[in-house]
Amino acid sequence: MYVAVKGGERAIENAHRLLAHERRGDRDVPEVSLAQISNQLGLAVDRVMTEGSLYDRELAALAIKQARGDMIEAIFLLRAFRATLPRFGSSEPVDTSQMQVRRRVSSTFKDMPGGQVLGPTFDYTHRLLDPVLTGESSPEQPAVVTGAEPGIMPRVTDILGRDGLIEASPAEDPEKPVGDLTRDALSFPADRDLRLQNLARADEGFLLSLGYSSQRGYGRNHPFAGEIRLGEVEVEFMAEDVGFAVPLGSITLTECQMVNQFKGSDTEAPCFTRGYGLAFGQSERKVMSMALVDRTLRARELGEDIKAPAQDEEFVMSHSDNVQATGFVEHLKLPHYVDFQSELGLLRKLRKEFADANETPVALQEAAE
Amino acid sequence: MNAPTYNFAYLDEQTKRMIRRAILKAIAIPGYQVPFASREMPMPYGWGTGGVQVTAAILGPVDKLKVIDQGSDDTTNAISIRKFFEKTAGVAVTTSTGEATVIQTRHRIPEATLQAHQVLVYQVPIPEPLRFLEPRETETRRMHALGEYGLIHVKLYEDIARFGHIATAYAYPVKVNARYVMDPSPTPKFDNPKMNNSAALQLFGAGREKRIYAIPPYTSVVSLDFEDHPFEPYKHKACCALCNAEDSYLDEIVTDNKGSRMFVCSDTDYCETRQSDGHRGSENAAPYAESANA
Amino acid sequence: MLDVTANSTAPGAGAGAAASDEPLLVAANLGKSYGRLAACRDVSFELYSGEVLAIVGESGSGKSTLLQILSGQLTPNTGSVSYRMRDGVTRDLATMDEAERRFLFRTDWGFVHQDPAMGLRMAVSAGANVGERLMAVGHNHYGKIRDTATSWLERVEISPERIDDAPRTYSGGMRQRLQIARNLVTEPRLVFMDEPTGGLDVSVQARLLDMMRTLVSELGLSAIVVTHDLAVARLLSHRVMVMQGGRVIETGLTDQVLDDPREPYTQLLVSSILPA
Repeated sequence: MYVAVKGGERAIENAHRLLAHERRGDRDVPEVSLAQISNQLGLAVDRVMTEGSLYDRELAALAIKQARGDMIEAIFLLRAFRATLPRFGSSEPVDTSQMQVRRRVSSTFKDMPGGQVLGPTFDYTHRLLDPVLTGESSPEQPAVVTGAEPGIMPRVTDILGRDGLIEASPAEDPEKPVGDLTRDALSFPADRDLRLQNLARADEGFLLSLGYSSQRGYGRNHPFAGEIRLGEVEVEFMAEDVGFAVPLGSITLTECQMVNQFKGSDTEAPCFTRGYGLAFGQSERKVMSMALVDRTLRARELGEDIKAPAQDEEFVMSHSDNVQATGFVEHLKLPHYVDFQSELGLLRKLRKEFADANETPVALQEAAE
Repeated sequence: MNAPTYNFAYLDEQTKRMIRRAILKAIAIPGYQVPFASREMPMPYGWGTGGVQVTAAILGPVDKLKVIDQGSDDTTNAISIRKFFEKTAGVAVTTSTGEATVIQTRHRIPEATLQAHQVLVYQVPIPEPLRFLEPRETETRRMHALGEYGLIHVKLYEDIARFGHIATAYAYPVKVNARYVMDPSPTPKFDNPKMNNSAALQLFGAGREKRIYAIPPYTSVVSLDFEDHPFEPYKHKACCALCNAEDSYLDEIVTDNKGSRMFVCSDTDYCETRQSDGHRGSENAAPYAESANA
Repeated sequence: MLDVTANSTAPGAGAGAAASDEPLLVAANLGKSYGRLAACRDVSFELYSGEVLAIVGESGSGKSTLLQILSGQLTPNTGSVSYRMRDGVTRDLATMDEAERRFLFRTDWGFVHQDPAMGLRMAVSAGANVGERLMAVGHNHYGKIRDTATSWLERVEISPERIDDAPRTYSGGMRQRLQIARNLVTEPRLVFMDEPTGGLDVSVQARLLDMMRTLVSELGLSAIVVTHDLAVARLLSHRVMVMQGGRVIETGLTDQVLDDPREPYTQLLVSSILPA
């Protein structure tokens, strides 16, 4: 006798126990601590905070541990937690010109006030596997620059802006508050505030590929890395009760300002245009890709032809979120028995009709012979 | 079992109010897709986050919830969602279609006729019926606004030209209240007639795509067709091997490596109810008994 | 709903014109510029029912921009376009809402693109391509839609056996004829054509022009044809407008302008393209 499949509930419980077991791995190996993840896998934490849109190193480290190092799963965990947090208000805009800079490079000027600061970077390392790291390493203490105190440096785009060579950054418009696509459903066409928010949360790999495609001619816009800077900025919150902005603490940010060509229009003289990228922690690949795609997505606003995927805001914004993407791709694992049954029924019908239609002439032919 | 850190039914009240406003608008404009600020839920997009948000927004402490996936209460995702609401809302749950006040479903409409006090909540992956004909949201919204539905008939025309009949087996498009063309979610077209003039309220939630739409009670829902090629609901040639039902949607079960197969009701509650009423199919001569083979 | 059957052919061109003394379309002081570049300026003319107007000029003369403005796809900086609707009321395109404009565009107007791929659904069968406009205005009988499509394919000299083939399997000339059938199925009163024979072989062009001339006169169509090819203007149009640098420099009856051009630029056009 056939009995319908039952027992899904126990199967789920058992699967999750097995998952916890596998997560822990060999119990003779010490368990990894959140402090270890946060300190020694810091760039992973930065990415999870950025795409999870929540600045909390400890929770991001927890998410990475819980996700067994699966970054998108970790981002998803952080996002789902973020969605439940009460919202007290918005911070004041952070001022990156006041950043305590630890790294700052520009490809547009050889030297400028503050100079180039390489800081902690993979750039110019030779990508040779380092046997020293197979065991315990004890790297040298970093060199300390005597005299000059790195710190506040003018932004390259501000230097260009003084001569009007680059478009002005749009000023804050109290009539038009910045949108929030986690609070309002997105509709198209979307303005730059929403586009930037979407890009900031977007999958690094997706943006990397799109930015790359624009460099290879699919929506080319002649970019220069005006400036990439990494450092700490203060976050302030306007407390209505006390009447002034209260500092909440400082966060680490990476910012990229791309400088792009623009031929001008009937109302505007030719000038450089901006592409902007910003991310939590040290996320250089992310901010550079973001700045490229921000600029390609400005095609509509700047009256450029929209031909390449990277210029198409519906395409980019609808597919950039890896939490959405992974959910929908992975939902194919869910049962589709019913739809499949319908398709199976239809396919059998079509095949039968095909067979019938193709048999008839043969039968006639035989009858004739 | 109640998780103390989360609000009743997980979502905070502000979010619920936002979703309820979208639901009310959806009911006011039958078949129209209302954008809403879908939240990130603790289950993946595409796994029922839209349905879960709608259910969370309408659920009250006295409700009785039933969750089905593929017609069954016991598929893993149905269990997972049911447990989620048991844990976060502490509501009573049931597998009985008749007893439930809220039924969340994926891919099926229960066989038993729904009543006026019931709400059917559909999980929707892609709410836009024109999506695969026109990928652009800006363009499809304009087509809905202007009622320009020629394109969807082009698709049906092509089916008939190629196959001699309309070759859409599920997610078969409908026109609601003689105005909006709507995707019924990937239910088999077998279920389409049940949507028409239903006494129950039908709500559709698409979490990833951030849309809610609705069919109010007693609203006309017409499956698109041509006068000379009318809509035909799918009919199985078999009857259920367990309860002998001839009017239900059937799952095909492969029973051995030689390709033997049998057909059983996809709606497990319907099948079990019939069996306990004494109906017997070919594979079930013995009295029905619930058993588990985990 | 429109009564559209294949055999309800309108009488000759004269009958359409007789229906009203009012012009069908009026362009008044049209201008469009992109920055300092004026794509067209000060264009005014009237088009009457049953009349075919050719707009000729070199590429860059502004004729395609003008066609976009006349067909409501581009908003002019100055001036207006008015159209006499089927109910006899003449309306300014700028005052129509999008729904009205789109309805007009798919019922009472046709637009034939130079590249048939722009005006056809290349992956959809010929029958559905022709039937789409009917379905868009509510026709809901598969058999009748198919019959109408069949008879239109015959009229544009496409074998009805090809009705279920997609236009991507068609030759260039067949595609263009299919595009014309797709436009004419709702019996529009006005058809815009943008270089309808461009990109086709000369022999294919001749056949297409011949067919278009027959259809235009049988249906009493009005048409505005943009072309750089004066042979097209001579065969199809009653009147010609010559454009240069965004301005209309000469206008008149086709034979008169082409046989006895007044402007040096027109003389140049005529002599280089239509050698005596």
